[in-house]
Amino acid sequence: MLADAFTILMVVAGCFFFLAGTVGLLRFPDSLCRLHALTKADNLGLGLIVLGLLPQAGSVQAGFKLVVIWALVQFASASASQIIARVAHRTDTEGRAGIESRRNS
Amino acid sequence: MTEFLMATVVFLLVVIGAALVRLLVGQSAADRLMAVQILGTGGGAICLLLAVAIDSNAIMDVALTLAILAAFAVAAFSLPSQRPADTTSEDPDHAG
Repeated sequence: MLADAFTILMVVAGCFFFLAGTVGLLRFPDSLCRLHALTKADNLGLGLIVLGLLPQAGSVQAGFKLVVIWALVQFASASASQIIARVAHRTDTEGRAGIESRRNS
Repeated sequence: MTEFLMATVVFLLVVIGAALVRLLVGQSAADRLMAVQILGTGGGAICLLLAVAIDSNAIMDVALTLAILAAFAVAAFSLPSQRPADTTSEDPDHAG
């Protein structure tokens, strides 16, 4: 009973962070800002969902597999976000100039 | 609990579908790359929820594959587009 309540709480929190990450991806003005929303909020949502699923996993092996998958997604997202940031920085010169002109005017 | 997890899967599917709008409206290549990246993270979350809801460990491996493929897609996208073989044949000044 307590495990079910914990699962429901964590999974709902995880879904909220996924929704926040998507809203950020759609609404933030700059590529690098959207990258923040994508990597931080979405990975936090995944972490909360994995934490919520741990009591529901059938065995210790399944729970261990959940944690390993979460850790691997963290590593993959960390490297991918650095690569995307470099690509965005290379190709986004007029975007940054647009923000600078908006700030000065 | 199974119904709750299935409802969560449907909710996450709608959220990720909305995020893919960034693919349509994307202003640069990095934006489109991010919209594909969300398939790795969000799709992995959906597969993990499904694996626990219907009690099938094989779908957890699908989540693993999605996460790795997303990372590889980003790495492949950021490679320079010119291969070394082209530069040696076209440019006699450069060696190797």
